[in-house]
Amino acid sequence: MSTHAGGVPEPYGRPGGPPPPERPTLPVREPVNYLNVSYGIKSWLLTVDHKRIALLYMFSITVMFAIGGIFATLIRLELLTPPGDMVQSETYNKLFTMHGVVMVFFFLIPSIPATLGNFLIPIMIGAKDLAFPRINLLSWYIYIAGAAFTMYAMIAGGVDTGWTFYVPYSTHYSNTHVIATGLGIFITGFSSILTGLNFIVTIHKMRAPGLTWWRLPLFVWAHYATSLIMILGTPVIAVTVLMVALENGLHLGIFDPALGGDPILFQHLFWFYSHPAVYIMILPAMGVISELVQGMSRKQIFGYSFIAISSLAIAMLGFLVWGHHMFVSGQSTYLGLVFSGISFLVAIPSAVKVFNWTATLYKGSISLDTPMLYALGFIGLFTIGGLTGLFLASLGLDVHLTDTYFIVAHFHYIMVGGAIMGYLGGLHYWWPKITGRLYPETWGRVSAIIVFFGFNLTFGPQFILGYLGMPRRYHYYPPEFQILHVMSSAGASILALGYLLPLVYFTWSMRYGPRASANPWDARGLEWEIPSPPPTENFVGQPVVTARTYEYGSEEGTTVV
Amino acid sequence: MSSPSETPVAVHHPALRHHFDTMATQKDSSLLGMWVFIAQEIMFFGGMLAAYAIYRNVYYDAFAAGSHHLDVKLGTVNTAVLICSSLTMALGVHAAALGKRKATVLFLLLTIALGSVFLGIKVVEYADKFHHDLVPGPRYSAEGLHGPHGEALTADTARHSELFFALYFGLTGLHALHMIIGVPIIAIMAWKAGHGRFGPGYYTPVEVTGLYWHFVDIVWIFLFPLLYLIPHHA
Amino acid sequence: MFSGFPLFPQQASTFAARVDALYFFLVGISAFFSTLIATLLVVFTVRFRRRGPGELPAPIHGSIALELTWTVIPLVISLGTFVWSADIFVASRRVPPGAMEVNVVGKRWMWKTQHMTGQREINELHVPIGVPVKLTMTSEDVIHSFFIPAFRVKQDAVPGRYTTAWFEATQVGEYHLFCAEYCGTKHSQMIGSIKVMEPAAFQTWLAGGATGSPAQEGEKLFQSLACITCHRADSQGRGPRLEGLFGRTVRLTGGATVVADADYIRESILSPTAKVVDGYQPIMPTFQGLVSEEGVMQLIAYIQSLQQPGAETTTVPGAGGSKVQEGAPKR
Repeated sequence: MSTHAGGVPEPYGRPGGPPPPERPTLPVREPVNYLNVSYGIKSWLLTVDHKRIALLYMFSITVMFAIGGIFATLIRLELLTPPGDMVQSETYNKLFTMHGVVMVFFFLIPSIPATLGNFLIPIMIGAKDLAFPRINLLSWYIYIAGAAFTMYAMIAGGVDTGWTFYVPYSTHYSNTHVIATGLGIFITGFSSILTGLNFIVTIHKMRAPGLTWWRLPLFVWAHYATSLIMILGTPVIAVTVLMVALENGLHLGIFDPALGGDPILFQHLFWFYSHPAVYIMILPAMGVISELVQGMSRKQIFGYSFIAISSLAIAMLGFLVWGHHMFVSGQSTYLGLVFSGISFLVAIPSAVKVFNWTATLYKGSISLDTPMLYALGFIGLFTIGGLTGLFLASLGLDVHLTDTYFIVAHFHYIMVGGAIMGYLGGLHYWWPKITGRLYPETWGRVSAIIVFFGFNLTFGPQFILGYLGMPRRYHYYPPEFQILHVMSSAGASILALGYLLPLVYFTWSMRYGPRASANPWDARGLEWEIPSPPPTENFVGQPVVTARTYEYGSEEGTTVV
Repeated sequence: MSSPSETPVAVHHPALRHHFDTMATQKDSSLLGMWVFIAQEIMFFGGMLAAYAIYRNVYYDAFAAGSHHLDVKLGTVNTAVLICSSLTMALGVHAAALGKRKATVLFLLLTIALGSVFLGIKVVEYADKFHHDLVPGPRYSAEGLHGPHGEALTADTARHSELFFALYFGLTGLHALHMIIGVPIIAIMAWKAGHGRFGPGYYTPVEVTGLYWHFVDIVWIFLFPLLYLIPHHA
Repeated sequence: MFSGFPLFPQQASTFAARVDALYFFLVGISAFFSTLIATLLVVFTVRFRRRGPGELPAPIHGSIALELTWTVIPLVISLGTFVWSADIFVASRRVPPGAMEVNVVGKRWMWKTQHMTGQREINELHVPIGVPVKLTMTSEDVIHSFFIPAFRVKQDAVPGRYTTAWFEATQVGEYHLFCAEYCGTKHSQMIGSIKVMEPAAFQTWLAGGATGSPAQEGEKLFQSLACITCHRADSQGRGPRLEGLFGRTVRLTGGATVVADADYIRESILSPTAKVVDGYQPIMPTFQGLVSEEGVMQLIAYIQSLQQPGAETTTVPGAGGSKVQEGAPKR
């Protein structure tokens, strides 16, 4: 196993390493940590420890990711050939709907906040737990309840409205399980709201002495901004989904033109949440990347305050751009101009982050271990995904591109090339802290490279498909598009392999991985000053923060270039 | 790495949760948490209120006709009842802060009673809608509605009035649901108060419940004029 | 359509080149910045790779100058792109005068089009080269979207209202027509083709096998639905006269005014008591369910033709537009 740069003494028990200590008369016991402090299913299902709850979430979202991934596999298999010959159209429509519903609501929205956020935020601010540990556990149970509802809907026959549930199709024409799925999403929304609420109060009220806002790790800033969106946006989708369910069941007419309603009103209400939702999905990953870039290059982050403020700017501007999903819906030209203009503005803070991360690497001490590979992949792929957002903010161009595969490629570049790579990078970076074990580094790097190539082969061709005019959600397609679809499906199989490998080696490492020290990366941050895995209360006594974050080495004052 | 905390560890309040340093932090956090929750609730009602605002603007006559059918007297009584319940709630929080056990229980029970009166009147109102076929759905009929001078509604206004009632039931139904959730919570607070759990050093749960209840009251203050008091003019 | 590896759609409309120019500009910008970032990442990672444990890099915190640079430059590029794209968009929404009108109705799962001379088509649309074509669209059921990639044009067809789009074809040929808003089971089979022809060939096609023009069909409906009973040509009817109505400003009960465009007439047919003309009673029955969306469009074409008694041409603009028609008699 490669050494972790930083000169950490190798763990015991490995060939070539230092010999284990003399066997004492009492059996050797590992120190008490949050994992071994108690055993049994009750100690997990009734825990209030934020770290255990993070693991409960991690397990659940991995299951949901697998389910969403199976749907994706079936979709890409069907799209190998132009005619819809593998499944029926009804089934295909259910597949892409459920892929979207599961991936958005049950994987991407909770992923980083509920796993890494739950685990790290109290530790990063020097607290023993989140502000409301029991609400934290409740949020997991609510998530499970919502997932159960949605699973029921899937097993009972599925839903085929698209994850966007446009009316009047979802209210009057679909004969699938719209209400059950809607209720599942409604319930899960509260899990998101409670997580956000917990984070906001925790970050405001439970910071250690000396930890001012401007000393917070950027991971915390990112989650704070995300939590603002969770609180203010999620209730709107909740009430919208409720109205759709009521209209579907009771034919109320809120959105039905025959009864005086307006189908475009649904789109406004839906996108008012669902656009900020994409920032819920990406901001935490950006927070992870800030941590990875500084940790793996052992360097002060460049432009700390700009990165912090840009998270808030993205959160706020993100609430003002929802109409860019509706340029061809019949929305007025003037409204389109406003939404387009603001959409161009919201791209700027993201660009600022990318430049600052890149500048951080300058004159750093860069390790090419797995977390850094994921961080580099993120920066490159997010840049491409974000730039393609400019194409879509451009009114004249969006008319041609909307509802085509260009859109599909754009959001997958950000969600998969961005958010999921951020999640994987963070998992690798903090895996030693969470589990007390080291994952096999070579396998980590191999998987990261496989993911990178598989991803680009899957979604790169889709940009071309989109400009050619291939619409999205198409079961059958004209034969001239086939070659690009075959490339995409080939990439998907490689990508799937890249995702399966970590599943295997992470699981392996939990039992067989070498034990990790407190700071295997020799990085900076409160989380690296406690044991791996941490004790239940995280800290012995009250940590006091005396320096700004990411301080490496001695400082002769700050330096501004 | 340790530093003195604000309260000596040996003397900590039984209600201090282990992850908070001091009662002050705990209380601040709980209050902030409830405010954040209320912000979220505002957005929740906001979505439906946005739909209401848009449709009222487009179908004013239909909304006015629907509103005219609502019983303003009952609505006014309900408004007064709910405002009084906010008063009793505030008095209950005050009593808890002063450690007055009996007064706290009394005020909280009064709040529950007033809240129940509100819900009872709502049941009466809903039953009336049911009898007049004003529940949106297959049985809906606008026959009982009329225009500002008592005239029958045109066909389209009659059709659009169903939208008014859909939003009426949606908004007041959501509001009632929030009250139905609130009442048992106040009951639990009353039980705890009766068992002496609150005093000057710790009455945060009552205060937080009070915040929630006041919010529920304020939502009604908005709903009442929007639903019951639409001016009926030609 | 093309042989070899498909990379790029044909440019077959006046707009295609403009849209493509913006596209290529953005491709260039994206390629530049992606390459820049990727190169920097690779160069930095190689040059500044960790050479030993305990290495301490320089403590650089930031640079206001750099922050300003990489905020202002993207901002300028963004806003410039916004203005350029807005210009294209606004032009794509302004229908040129004299456009050839076509009615389009989307329905699960087919596109029904009708020319003003009466030609109907299903999933196809024949158009002449070099003539602006204006589409007035609606849907009978759910939201659909009329998408012609080669023309770079797309517009949703929404139930309960009209939407419009226009294009001018520049190249003879056959081009894909797709439905671009998911509408259920056969969404991906709601496709067809746009057939662009030389003007002479188009006239020939138009002349052959036409059924009645929309205006003629509309006149038949006007009789069969008994509209004539109240909307008489003399002033004795219970309903307002319709001659010269189209495009005129109408005064409603209560003093409000409205322009009598296609949306207004459609609403008056389907929800007649929503806007009642001043001086008349709200007694017109609704024809919701008694006339299809196409029938409504035909009635509108007929009423429009009542501008100039006895005459109707294929170039009468205004079906679905909200501007007062040039030359229309105004009251």
